[in-house]
Amino acid sequence: MIVYILRRIGQSLFALAAMAILVFIGVFAIGNPVDILVNPEANQAEIAATTARLGLDKPLWEQFARFVGHLFQGDLGTSFVYGRPAMEIILQRLPATMELAVTALILAVVIGVPLGVYAGLKPDSIGGRSVMAGSILGFSLPNFWQGLLLILIFAVLLGWLPAGGRGETVEVLGIRVSFLTLDGLRHMILPALNLALFKMSLVIRLTRANTREVCLQEYIKFARAKGLSSTRIVLVHILKNIMIPVVTILGLELGSMIAFAVVTETVFAWPGMGKLLIDSINLLDRPVIVAYLMLTVVIIVTINLIVDLLYSALDPRVRLSQVKA
Amino acid sequence: MMKKSALLACLLAGATMCSSAGAADLAIGLKSEATSMDPQFHQLSTNTQVLLNIFEPLTKQDPFQKVTPGLATKWESVNDTTWRFTLRGGVKFQNGSALSPRDVIYTYCRVPLVVNSPSSFTIYTAAILDVTADGKNAVLIKTDGANPLLPTDLSNLPILSADAAGADATVTYKPGGKCEGMGKVPQSVDFNSPAVAVGTGPYKLDRFVRGSEMVLTRYDGYWGTKPDWDKVTMRPITSDGPRIAALLSGDVDMIESPPIQDLKRVKDAGFKVIDALSNRIIYLALFQDSKATAPNINGTNGKNPLLDKRVREAISLAINREAIVARIMGGYAKVAGELLPPPMFGTNGRAVDKYDPKKAKELLTAAGYPDGFEITLGTPNDRYINDSQVAQAVAQMLVRIGIKTKVDAQTASQFFSRRNKLEFPMYLAGWGASSGEMSSPLKSLVATYDKKTGMGPTNAGRYSNPEMDKLLTAAMSTIDDAKREVMLGKAEKMVLDDYGIIPLHYEQTVWAMKKGLSYAARVDQYTIASDVHAAK
Repeated sequence: MIVYILRRIGQSLFALAAMAILVFIGVFAIGNPVDILVNPEANQAEIAATTARLGLDKPLWEQFARFVGHLFQGDLGTSFVYGRPAMEIILQRLPATMELAVTALILAVVIGVPLGVYAGLKPDSIGGRSVMAGSILGFSLPNFWQGLLLILIFAVLLGWLPAGGRGETVEVLGIRVSFLTLDGLRHMILPALNLALFKMSLVIRLTRANTREVCLQEYIKFARAKGLSSTRIVLVHILKNIMIPVVTILGLELGSMIAFAVVTETVFAWPGMGKLLIDSINLLDRPVIVAYLMLTVVIIVTINLIVDLLYSALDPRVRLSQVKA
Repeated sequence: MMKKSALLACLLAGATMCSSAGAADLAIGLKSEATSMDPQFHQLSTNTQVLLNIFEPLTKQDPFQKVTPGLATKWESVNDTTWRFTLRGGVKFQNGSALSPRDVIYTYCRVPLVVNSPSSFTIYTAAILDVTADGKNAVLIKTDGANPLLPTDLSNLPILSADAAGADATVTYKPGGKCEGMGKVPQSVDFNSPAVAVGTGPYKLDRFVRGSEMVLTRYDGYWGTKPDWDKVTMRPITSDGPRIAALLSGDVDMIESPPIQDLKRVKDAGFKVIDALSNRIIYLALFQDSKATAPNINGTNGKNPLLDKRVREAISLAINREAIVARIMGGYAKVAGELLPPPMFGTNGRAVDKYDPKKAKELLTAAGYPDGFEITLGTPNDRYINDSQVAQAVAQMLVRIGIKTKVDAQTASQFFSRRNKLEFPMYLAGWGASSGEMSSPLKSLVATYDKKTGMGPTNAGRYSNPEMDKLLTAAMSTIDDAKREVMLGKAEKMVLDDYGIIPLHYEQTVWAMKKGLSYAARVDQYTIASDVHAAK
């Protein structure tokens, strides 16, 4: 178990290093930040001074060496635009994104699993068919378009919910969260639904397929023959066995939801990390871009690790010590 | 408890009714977000327009960018290098301390001490040699040369409270960031706290949540007209569609820069749209460095046709500006014959170049290019209103007279980097004169590029006209306004009649708001909340 975790951490460090090199060279290739940052009225001397202050007058290898040097001291660089540590800027935005991603995940599971099980148990009923048809729409319609449509219907035409923003927040342990206020919740419904729709469709399809498969298994037939109530069969025997693939997929998807909720956050002006990434790319704020992508690697790797551990909890046949990572 | 039931009522009644809890609240959707609450951190219009609600400079620019009294009631030049500013009496900062020369000295002292500034304000203070108190309510400012634009420049430097910033009892000015008595200088992040971000303006900072909102509350002790709103919320909504949606759904009361193509819908939905001519000129720059080979020009045997005045004139005459304004800009622009819309300071009333493809073709033939040549037109595609569509139209018009033009459109960050590396033989860009007068575009866009004097920093066409340079330099140290205006007008005419740069149109700035609001549209494109009023 410990060997396994250590090995995983080693792999993660390698992925992180590779990411750092790729991203650093990548952002180096796209434009000169000073051209964007400096006021147009600035003269050549001001421009040269800014370039030197940001260290952009040095060759690529020297900039990279400096970046790595600072990295080992736990410093991911200072944002060009905000003049603050890049990590601080990103972590300020993390709660908003986490909140949204977790809400979306809960929505996807709470709505997706029951619908999927239903469609799996009654594949030929009208209900089952419509669930499946709906799920096709869910993942074939582009995310931003779904978002705009949600805004158009619920905010502009009906006026039930706000069109964007985060609403009222309260501070809990120094972190601003919005799920504890009514106004915050109202602001969260549409973006969370938008982010959840695709995952929900995925969960529905996965659950349905697994339910159908599991239903044909001997132990389900045996349970029926034993005279167990169908509620118990579904809740205990079917549900437990279909959860393994669902958890795996959701784990992977949670990582991508946190890291790349860019579209939803942009459409709903949600002040999360994804929106920060887009803004930073537009402003060529290199340290923030690099730090952001490094952080996403860490998040995704961590989530994968947790999923693997959960896996063994859900399925006793999986023994981590035997898994050749 | 009150709050809860109000929220519940909101939920039941729907969003439209509770976007503003009371009648005296205002919410504005902005297209970009301030990078800091420190008025000396980042020289960026996004920051300025927000911070002018909290802080006030000695001089202000009115909606037409005329310099008007701010915290100084009057100013005069004592001699060529000294200005005297008389401070307004009875002005109190939001923390209760009275405005004094010490605050002014502290403010100008702090500019070079701001660390990590992405675009420093030192361009306004570099020439200031000394700032001293002259009695209790005036300051003397000495510059290192005659600087007629000092009153304009100072409108960019809002006055901070020396008390709130923790300065000593006396602050002494020394140039180059060596002032004495500064105490511990607060840095940009400290200004997120309302205790440090203290100005004299009509609104106080309540909170700034990066990425989410900035909330201001009224300052009852304001010296001027009492503010209209109890609370002003400004939200950054960077994408056009969601910004429009926020207005239509009632989340915000007013937005800046709605996309032109959506204006009809916004009007039909019962909103008010106002627009105003801006100081932003959209122009074409042509590569005219005689010592270097022009990039991306083919079919001329290696020669640079743009060095020939006839070719430059042909390009200007080939462009149908009226059509661009009517079709692509939807009427929200004005054809341009100068670098600033008349009657702003330094304009001379030069007529717009007439669309005349026949004469253009003749000029090309006379210049030795009867079959034209091939050229690339660089343009950003997300910086100016409909920028890449305008470039496409220009390209088609040039093709009609035989100049085969290829458009190279890119996102702004890419475009400006490549432009500054001189990769385009011809490019479309815009210029907003922050000083509201002619020396700004002349100095930056067409003066000969010179690192030593700091002239022509944005002259990526490398146009050079020594005679014009001389006239401009002379004008920039002429204190007499009337004389300076004539000189600037003459210098501009020299460049434009030489077709050194080709003006296309002036952008118009658009705001959309609820009926019942009014805003004095500004030429500098700023959205200033304290200038938004409830229509009477």
